[in-house]
Amino acid sequence: MFDTPHRETSVDQTEIKISARGCQVYYGDTHAIKDVSVEIEDKTVTAFIGPSGCGKSTFLRCLNRMNDTIDICRVEGDILLDGEDIYDPKVDPVQLRAKVGMVFQKPNPFPKSIYDNIAYGPRIHGLARNKAELDEIVEKSLRRGAIWNEVKDRLDAPGTGLSGGQQQRLCIARAIATEPEVLLMDEPCSALDPIATAQVEELIDELRQQYSVVIVTHSMQQAARVSQKTAFFHLGNLVEYGETGHIFTNPEDPRTESYITGRIG
Amino acid sequence: MTDMSQPGTAAPSGKNRSSLLAADARTKRRNASERRFRLMGLIAVSIGVLALVGLLTSILGNGLSSFRQTYIALDVYLDPAKLDKSGTRDIEKIKKVTTFGYKPLIEKALVAAIEKAGVDDQGLSGKKIGAMISPEAPATLRNYVIANPDKIGETIPFDLLAGGRIDGFFKGRVTMESAALDRNTSPEQLRLAEALRDKGIVVTRFNWAFFTSPDASDTRPEAAGLGVALLGSAYMMLVVLVLALPIGVAASIYLEEFARQNWLTDLIEVNISNLAAVPSIVFGILGLAAFINFAGLPQSAPIVGGLVLTLMTLPTIIIATRAALKAVPPSIRDAALGVGASKMQTVFHHVLPLAMPGILTGTIIGLAQALGESAPLLLIGMVAFVREYPGAPPEGFFDPASALPVQVYNWTTRGDPAFVERASGAIIVLLAFLLMMNIIAIILRRRFERRW
Ligand SMILES: Nc1ncnc2c1ncn2[C@@H]1O[C@H](COP(=O)(O)OP(=O)(O)O)[C@@H](O)[C@H]1O
Ligand SMILES: [Mg+2]
Repeated sequence: MFDTPHRETSVDQTEIKISARGCQVYYGDTHAIKDVSVEIEDKTVTAFIGPSGCGKSTFLRCLNRMNDTIDICRVEGDILLDGEDIYDPKVDPVQLRAKVGMVFQKPNPFPKSIYDNIAYGPRIHGLARNKAELDEIVEKSLRRGAIWNEVKDRLDAPGTGLSGGQQQRLCIARAIATEPEVLLMDEPCSALDPIATAQVEELIDELRQQYSVVIVTHSMQQAARVSQKTAFFHLGNLVEYGETGHIFTNPEDPRTESYITGRIG
Repeated sequence: MTDMSQPGTAAPSGKNRSSLLAADARTKRRNASERRFRLMGLIAVSIGVLALVGLLTSILGNGLSSFRQTYIALDVYLDPAKLDKSGTRDIEKIKKVTTFGYKPLIEKALVAAIEKAGVDDQGLSGKKIGAMISPEAPATLRNYVIANPDKIGETIPFDLLAGGRIDGFFKGRVTMESAALDRNTSPEQLRLAEALRDKGIVVTRFNWAFFTSPDASDTRPEAAGLGVALLGSAYMMLVVLVLALPIGVAASIYLEEFARQNWLTDLIEVNISNLAAVPSIVFGILGLAAFINFAGLPQSAPIVGGLVLTLMTLPTIIIATRAALKAVPPSIRDAALGVGASKMQTVFHHVLPLAMPGILTGTIIGLAQALGESAPLLLIGMVAFVREYPGAPPEGFFDPASALPVQVYNWTTRGDPAFVERASGAIIVLLAFLLMMNIIAIILRRRFERRW
């Protein structure tokens, strides 16, 4: 297995896609993210690991302002996407989310047809001028979501009728249909069986060619398999961030080491 | 993992090991208490079913007969000497002849019919024979003549209402014994009516007029119908639907999806829940003060009734809609927001369609509640005796009208026992509407069963 992989990371051109500086997140009085600064690279898979409740999801949701929907949630500090502050009052979160797509822990297809699931995003963003173009986008997205062959004969069937793994790949296809630049994935494989997980992981590796992918995962093996960079969170702090291979082979912080060896979390 | 016995029940040595074939004391006690609970449940259900069966039998037994009505088929000679003395066929002069002028014509026609059929007249005088016909009959005749003045001088066949006692006799409400004690009828009249029925002159058939004719005065229950009440109720339901559904749904969506949770929304929420529990008569007082005394809208008008019922229905719709919106899983909202839909798009494209069955069910239940409500309508004067049909909408909303439940109340306060039959018949109609609405609600729920 790939417990300690040494993948050829794209060291040659490391462009920064997202950079967070002194990010603090509060839920009411709870301080959920404490002064996190991190630089997420383009065309790279970045894994967030850490014990549950440490704030991985919270931080991930800051990156596309999904936290805005939680009334009591307050975000401080700067988060820059391509050098622009996404929390600037002039930024429309709706526009931001078209650029920063998201895949959730539980597969959540719309209770509509498979076709409409994919077509919804392009439709509301006006990405297709006519039906033929939309058809093309749907097919392309489903192909890239590695699910085209399974659903091409039943695009009118409800997306909710698919198996869990298929639903999750449908959700990934839906997320990439809007042509985002960053794809955030919050434990996308936690509800999937090993075969579906392997398919999704393969997919993530492919997506790296074009996107910056951030994935939250509970499985250290998964982080090791798919990511080039890993961030370890603990109790709201970013404890360690670096090359995946480096973090897994010789972690600098004792907390990282105990988590990786299974002593906390 | 082999020894699962609890402390005290069996020794680990296996000496006292309990058999699966014999229930132990604890299990027996548990089973006994389960049996007791089931029995209590069964008793509760039986009481409910019995009450329902009793209610339905009583209402159906009393009311079903109102859907049949006794008529007397007569050929009436429209005597020009009586109806148009001037001979000019001037409509204004014809209108001067009151129903009293028509009464003798009908009397004469009935006496002639009896003679022609060769039926024994039981020694009744012409006046007594005429009394077998409803006092409503001359009015029927007069309306016909005013509408067709050129028919004066001809003999026209009419189906005229039989009097309430004759009608009651064929429905079993009036007997020979009760007739002997009754000033309004006599056993002779009943015998004559029976003989006429054998000849086919007196017939009992389906009572369409019950649904189409307006209310009638205390002395002619046989002519009383639900027409105005049905129309009034329909107008009010229309007002309620048009006002309460959009206002209720918009308020719910705003509160549930857009408003920030703070003390103000909490306060509003508590108030809406309390409004749902306010006695309906209070809404009537409010309507009287606000819509009639302050806004100056007319009394007894469906628009006022509709507005009052709207106020009453709104909390029901808002509570049902909010529950339906809450039941839509948050993951659907996340999904929509995640692909870059705006809040509004999320609500209207995804949340609302999924909540729709719940919203419609709530609305129909609210409407059903409003349809059966009488107390607030009494206060805004909808209990008045109305014989004129309200006009076509929108002006008709401002004309006086009645309403189904109020009509029931109205009829039960009248003396003649024939009105008990009418009231029960009206209750059956009301129940039929309510049943229909509830069935629609159930179908909607089934139809759009959760699809996630
Ligand atoms: N909607 C919320 N309201 C209040 N507290 C929350 C909310 N979401 C998360 N939290 C708190 O923030 C902390 C981080 O949670 P989360 O980001 O979900 O952790 P992780 O995804 O790493 O398991 C936890 O202590 C959790 O209780
Ligand atoms: Mg999480």
